[in-house]
Amino acid sequence: MDAARRIGAVLAAARPQALAALLRYFRDLDLAEEAFQEACLRALKSWPQNGPPRDPAAWLIFVGRNVALDGVRRQAKQTALPPEDVLSDTGDAEAEAAARLDGAHYRDDVLRLLFICCHPELPATQQVALALRIVSGLSVGQIARAFVVSEAAMEQRLTRAKARIARAQAGEGGVPFEPPGPVERAERLGAVAAMLYLVFNEGYSAAGDATAARDPLCEEAIRLARLLLRLFPSEPEIMGLTALMLLQHARAPARFTADGTVILLENQNRALWNRAMIGEGLALLDKAMRHRRPGAYQVQAAIAALHARAATAEDTDWAQIDLLYGTLEIMTPSPVVTLNRAVAISKLRGPEAALAMVEPLGERLSDYFHYHGLRGALLMQLGRKAEARAGFMAAISLATTPAEAAHIRSHLDALA
Amino acid sequence: MFYALLCYHREDVVCGWTKEEDDAVMTRLGVVHERLAAAGKLGPAARLLPTTAATTLRKDQDPPLILDGPFAETKEQLLGFYVLDCENLEEALDIARQLGVANPGGCYEVRPVGLFLDGGARA
Repeated sequence: MDAARRIGAVLAAARPQALAALLRYFRDLDLAEEAFQEACLRALKSWPQNGPPRDPAAWLIFVGRNVALDGVRRQAKQTALPPEDVLSDTGDAEAEAAARLDGAHYRDDVLRLLFICCHPELPATQQVALALRIVSGLSVGQIARAFVVSEAAMEQRLTRAKARIARAQAGEGGVPFEPPGPVERAERLGAVAAMLYLVFNEGYSAAGDATAARDPLCEEAIRLARLLLRLFPSEPEIMGLTALMLLQHARAPARFTADGTVILLENQNRALWNRAMIGEGLALLDKAMRHRRPGAYQVQAAIAALHARAATAEDTDWAQIDLLYGTLEIMTPSPVVTLNRAVAISKLRGPEAALAMVEPLGERLSDYFHYHGLRGALLMQLGRKAEARAGFMAAISLATTPAEAAHIRSHLDALA
Repeated sequence: MFYALLCYHREDVVCGWTKEEDDAVMTRLGVVHERLAAAGKLGPAARLLPTTAATTLRKDQDPPLILDGPFAETKEQLLGFYVLDCENLEEALDIARQLGVANPGGCYEVRPVGLFLDGGARA
């Protein structure tokens, strides 16, 4: 790696801490981002000569704060800039700044930053977009591509999200800048975890042509989850969430054909699964289970782990998966969980038993692609062709990606 | 004489590499590994999973204290390491306990190995 790319990696790694601290000083997202950008520019000038500082985040915070304060003063008073060497000569001050920034400070800052993106007034898609922009530092263009919208539309969406946060801060129910207490912290951690899983699913649910564009979203969600886990090393649900994402993303190389068609789990070439990711996911899940504090992410990770551990589709421990879905139904009851459980039931007790479980969900899942897809597949297995065709037609009209539609079309072809 | 070479780096930087950057590093290392193996100088080598996957067993008390996270007490120095083939974390911790009985004080950090090269060199 050449010097510029190495510095780029250091800057990216320091971003959450540095930006979060700058936000604490300025309480303004735009100002904090500008200050961070300016500090990065100075780092690119200064670090190749002097080498990166011992604590890059502290350096960026110190320089960013000075530059931004200076800009604010200049605007206010129209006074002259101090000489460049005063700003660049941060040798001693850098160590001092680093000493002031202990781990606890970083932790609350980054959490606050993640939490601002989880503002309850924002719709989920805006939370995800904002997190990618603010925490991960993806460009507006990159985010727009991931969401398959125009850059102008995404720019507008982000501006609206920031404005809404600014309004909320000014009025009631604003995002608090005070470090959260233990109870509040636990609550926020749940919101942050949910936001990370949204980022992940935004990438995971993409298919075909969009896969390459969205894979980085999955990787970014995993990177942030690892960061969160480093801040909260003993939270079993954060371990579970990280494990879940690793175990699911490990299958990425096997999930689609070259032309973007879905390959079902049971037909995937397991040799293509990423063994290193599976190893890390299983290790984290092991660690989480030791806490004896089960949660929905841990249970979902345990289901993904059973798939990962099966050498072939036939080796899958469906009885155990059925039990885990049963646990999940108690923890987070939802018709989608029951629908997933029906897949395990179809493997254990056949399509008839599964269909009996699926039918009552029709009212609540009538707009859900996978409901009609699974129902159609079960009817097809039972030889009820006409009903199966009707189910697949309903599914195809609800498909959100070309790959989903193509997959159902292949079933319809099989029926013909 | 075997020399152990212990790898240190800033984890936030290494974990921040893109897959391409990581692959490039591993490819370059692979060239050196092959050279060393050909010369019969490569012993066992391992790349550990991130410290977020680490568990530490402190054996300066009875029963030993099990903590999430890596070893982080700078007064204590790394004095050696084992590579163990275990079914799961439970078994690894159990072996650490057995070793801890024979060698009390200090701690063992149990970290899953992400990459293992047997090498083939013999002492």
